[in-house]
Amino acid sequence: MIEIDATDRKLLRALAEDATQSASALGRKFGLSQPATWRRLRRLQESGVLTRQRLVLDQERLGFGVTVFLGVKLATKGRVSLEDFERAVSAIREVQTVEHVLGLYDYRLRVVARDLADFERVLRRRIMTLPGVGNVEANVLLSEERRPGPI
Amino acid sequence: MLDDLDRRLLRQMQSDPALSVPELAELCGVSVGRASRRLERLREEQIIKGQEAVIDWQALGFAVRVSLRVTLDKTAPRAFDDFLSAAREVPEVIELQTFLGQVDVRLHLVAKDLPHYQSIYRQRVLNLPHIADIEALMTVSTVKMDMDLPL
Repeated sequence: MIEIDATDRKLLRALAEDATQSASALGRKFGLSQPATWRRLRRLQESGVLTRQRLVLDQERLGFGVTVFLGVKLATKGRVSLEDFERAVSAIREVQTVEHVLGLYDYRLRVVARDLADFERVLRRRIMTLPGVGNVEANVLLSEERRPGPI
Repeated sequence: MLDDLDRRLLRQMQSDPALSVPELAELCGVSVGRASRRLERLREEQIIKGQEAVIDWQALGFAVRVSLRVTLDKTAPRAFDDFLSAAREVPEVIELQTFLGQVDVRLHLVAKDLPHYQSIYRQRVLNLPHIADIEALMTVSTVKMDMDLPL
């Protein structure tokens, strides 16, 4: 695990908002030299804190008007391997995230669709037919915000 | 409207947002000039809203991830607004979502370990206003988390 200081926190917050900023632009913003900024970014990357970027698209204008969170309970635990379920559910293009969870459900899925009719098609044809799937609870996303988190 | 080239560019950028324009052009089989004009237009029209760094909380020492599904007491007139603005003050909350369905609000939070989670839950979460019911799902593993749209 990596120890980070206040300057690292500022860099992380800035990059979480806009990952296209260069080391020199970030350095100017926070009063650091370019090599010092670069060393800090390198350290954050090497420790695994900064490894991925996400492209932020206007989902609605691209035709995806509906996002649904599904809680999925497996019906026949023990008989269906979790690996089979995970492989099959991950292959569905409309399924954006799959988390194995502890609690009321076994898996939490985030699904995008063009509209509710399209969602129903994905649910019936792709998700309800997965190996071992049991009870499914659906909640339609109304609004979402990401917070900076504890940095 | 988007054409086939727009879609191809967006697909490549989704899978690797750090690709350079010449790399993108080559992957999509077009000239660098054509690719860069398209990207400029997609950014101008705000189809591409930006690029964010994804922070790996586990690498920062936040090993516990919990999804709290909250049902609010809707007889209180400002239940949603009061709850959301209080929840924004909890630093460990990294995502806030509102839903149509059984669940009203979902908080995604990170904690260093179980004692840390317990203290956040008791001291911060349970003090949030207008909670009627709350359920926790703890993430065991993340199977898929690409957030790509099926373009």
